[in-house]
Amino acid sequence: MDFTILNLMTFLPLIGALLLLFIPKENHGPLRAVALGVSLVTFLVSLPLVTGFIPNAEFQFVKDVPWIAAGPFEMRYHIGIDGISLWLVMLTTFIMPIAILSTWTAVEEMVKEYMICLLLLEVGMLGTFISLDLFLFYIFWEIMLIPMYLIIGVWGGKNRIYATVKFFIYTMLGSVLMLIALITLYFKAGAGNFSIDHFLNLNLDPFTQSWMFLCFAFAFAIKVPIFPLHTWLPDAHTEAPTAGSVILAAVLLKMGTYGFVRFAMPLFPDATARFTPLIATLAVIGIIYAALVAMVQEDVKKLVAYSSVAHLGFVMLGIFALNQQGVAGGMLQMLNHGVSTGALFLIVGFIYERRHTRLISDFGGLSKQMPIFATIFMIVTLSSIGLPGTNGFVGEFLILLGSYESSLRWYTIIAASGVILSAVYMLWMFQRVMFGEVTNPRNLTIKDLNPREIAVMAPLVALIFIMGVFPTPFIEKMTPAIDRMITLSKGRQHFIAKRTVYDGQLAGRSPWSEGPRAVKSAQ
Amino acid sequence: MQTIAAPAVNFVAILPETVLSLFAMALLLLNVFIPSPSEQKGYLGYLSFVGIAVTFFFIIVGWNVPSELQGGFSGAVVQDRFALFFKGIFLVAAALSVLITDQYMHREECNHGELYPLILLATAGMMLMAAGTDLMTIFLGLELLSVSLYVLAGFNRANLKSNEAGLKYLLLGAFATSFLLYGMALTYGATGSTKVARIAEYIARHGQVTHNPMLLYGMVLLAVGFSFKIAAAPFHMWTPDVYEGAPTPMTAFMSVGPKAAGFAAFVRVFTIALPALKPDWTPLLWGLAVLTMTVGNVIGLYQNNIKRMLAYSSIAHAGYVLVGFTAGNPEGIAGILFYMLTYAFMNIGAFAIVILIGKKGEKNVEVKDYAGLAYKHPLLAASMAIFLLSLAGLPPTAGFIGKFYLFSSAIKGGFIWLAIIGVLNSVVSVYYYLRVTIFMYMKKPEEEFDWLTINPPIVLSLSLAVIGVIVPGVVPGYILSLAQSALQ
Repeated sequence: MDFTILNLMTFLPLIGALLLLFIPKENHGPLRAVALGVSLVTFLVSLPLVTGFIPNAEFQFVKDVPWIAAGPFEMRYHIGIDGISLWLVMLTTFIMPIAILSTWTAVEEMVKEYMICLLLLEVGMLGTFISLDLFLFYIFWEIMLIPMYLIIGVWGGKNRIYATVKFFIYTMLGSVLMLIALITLYFKAGAGNFSIDHFLNLNLDPFTQSWMFLCFAFAFAIKVPIFPLHTWLPDAHTEAPTAGSVILAAVLLKMGTYGFVRFAMPLFPDATARFTPLIATLAVIGIIYAALVAMVQEDVKKLVAYSSVAHLGFVMLGIFALNQQGVAGGMLQMLNHGVSTGALFLIVGFIYERRHTRLISDFGGLSKQMPIFATIFMIVTLSSIGLPGTNGFVGEFLILLGSYESSLRWYTIIAASGVILSAVYMLWMFQRVMFGEVTNPRNLTIKDLNPREIAVMAPLVALIFIMGVFPTPFIEKMTPAIDRMITLSKGRQHFIAKRTVYDGQLAGRSPWSEGPRAVKSAQ
Repeated sequence: MQTIAAPAVNFVAILPETVLSLFAMALLLLNVFIPSPSEQKGYLGYLSFVGIAVTFFFIIVGWNVPSELQGGFSGAVVQDRFALFFKGIFLVAAALSVLITDQYMHREECNHGELYPLILLATAGMMLMAAGTDLMTIFLGLELLSVSLYVLAGFNRANLKSNEAGLKYLLLGAFATSFLLYGMALTYGATGSTKVARIAEYIARHGQVTHNPMLLYGMVLLAVGFSFKIAAAPFHMWTPDVYEGAPTPMTAFMSVGPKAAGFAAFVRVFTIALPALKPDWTPLLWGLAVLTMTVGNVIGLYQNNIKRMLAYSSIAHAGYVLVGFTAGNPEGIAGILFYMLTYAFMNIGAFAIVILIGKKGEKNVEVKDYAGLAYKHPLLAASMAIFLLSLAGLPPTAGFIGKFYLFSSAIKGGFIWLAIIGVLNSVVSVYYYLRVTIFMYMKKPEEEFDWLTINPPIVLSLSLAVIGVIVPGVVPGYILSLAQSALQ
């Protein structure tokens, strides 16, 4: 009965959303309670995934039934998770109750619709992570757009409409090109269905691989976002309500990097090798550029948004290093970013709710007025910078280690300066907001966190330390799946498990001279 | 002395048309002989709904009729599954439109009973077009359809714009019809027959005729005539004005039924009579498709009147459907069938909302008049959003599955650039569909929307439309396989 967990988990929020339809819209309390309850139950339902997960490279909790069979197409309802998607699923179910609890007092208008949107968004996100059928994946990927569009557009800040339309059009543009590549891939693979196993180990010619990879990569790069496709993100983040920003940062951006790891790289190994320098260059530019831009932001939320771009640049660098440390670091950093940037957005939300401003210059000396808040904020800031002992350190360290040992050595050296820059902008911001004298009299009456807000932050803070001190259980479960992904994505290069030495040949080798891949022999 | 051969009468083949026409006549008589104050014509709407339902029953019955009973009248009509599927689409369009008509006509004080019989006759005309295997039958069907529509477009005779719509449609329609007729004449001149099967036979036996300019001109003129009916660019000029001016329920009907009928005849004539000219008409259709999609979507971006916006959207949708036609493979044709059916649900659904929001005298049809609808009528706003998202082609709606089929048939046929232009066009279209949702959800209400009267027929029509958009979007298998079996 393994498969029922995934189904139950994915569609519980949908049932919850339908349930909300029957609650009168004036009853804000019950509406919030039901939404929170449903998301908590979803989290509890998802817990057996961790305990029942056997650390091997296979997909687990698989369910595979025919869905649409018409003409040349066969789409299957094929779901399952492996070490790569396991933690992302857990991150999603974990962050949802927190996001819902955080909006308790922030949203007073159209509460019913808001909660419905949040729950539908959860369905879309979970569905995206568990789909093993490309068509199903695409459907969930697109479904996610609509609730997010509404969340930003209806409950966002004053420039919300511009931000949400930009978000929507950007994402849509990327995904339709992916759809074209996906359909072409289907016909190239011959008759069959859209299950991902079907498309691995195809012998596609380099040109086809290249343009298909670019189509997929375009869709994912917009979501990540990779410089220069990141411009929607600061707008969307700044205008979105707190819960929207949290989910956007914690989960939605991971869709992009997940897409690379799950689809773009294993499906098109030669193209991956060919475009690694391009993507690594853009990732490094993103790291440095976003850090510099973050430094001059006056709005705390925008600063955090730009820090997201920089962090995701690290993730991309780690993934494209294509060795075990790099990819594991990238995967771990995806989770870390979800936890710490999610927490940062919550923190920004707390002070915004109190003062209705997010400008750094309006604050100063808050640590005296809000000691609990100051402590939590400090912990989260340090985690975002990547201080040893917090989760951020482990991920960043593994990424830098992995990419240094790959062909991306020089990129790594430049990227490492981004670590320092992140310390600069985060600590400087923290200093200006929290320390010094209280310059603005209105900050004298500001209240510290209430129990609900502490309850929102507590799990995140706990996770920051748990993942920082005991990262092994997290990495252990993903390693086999990462190895498999690396094997598939490396083309003909034989993967040697636990290779740690710098592979000097890799740098100069032309991906074109290698002939057809022989992944099976490598396994 | 030669005896005149009795025509091979086979009423089974034209049963739906016959039933529907009989209903239309009966309604006309009822309207005359049952005196009722002119504002009480709703009962005719219900009766025509019954008529449509009865006809639909005969479509279902006809689905499994043996092939020797399908044809009739010496090969002038055939009721194969292709025709039956299209007839189903016409009936769906007519049924949904009839349900939303009464309220509007009542409001605009032009509730004349002749409206309903005209809708039924137009539908019968479409059916003849879909079933016609003789160019003459197709032409007759087209005329029956067009003449009814000219009247329907100008039905609100107290309204200047409606008059303009009727007149414009009549003039341009007559012009386009003459093109079609000329094309038919040239084709007849080149091949010696007006029957699609005979034309194909003749071309197959005399291969050199494909180089005959007369046949090529005939083909091009046929394409022009049909393009006018389906509102493909550059023969789309009438569409925005007519759609804007015509009474809204008639616009809803016009944007779906005649378009589907045009496609039915277009596809049948080109794929059955002129397959030998496929190398010639494929690039023609390619160009038409690209131009139509792009013109429709780009101009659609600038529309403030929602009826005009939907008019340009309907032009763009003709372009998407032409993509499937250009591909010319079974998937493409099945895609056309599926798409036109789901298009009927989403487009008429959207127009139903337009009718509800509108005020007397064709007021309140600007996009900005939808501001804050979600705050006052969340269900209406949600259904409108569903229709618009389906028109934009987002999952999990039928619009997405339809577009997926059309574009993938193009990819399968090797027209990858056509598919890319198609999807980029749908990104453009997203903008103007989203604009309506922005006003509905993201602006504060400026009005109370208290003039809205939601009556049972509209609720029925809206519910059917929502179901018709969502269900094939989530489980499209059944309708897709029906569409595929329609090609056999």
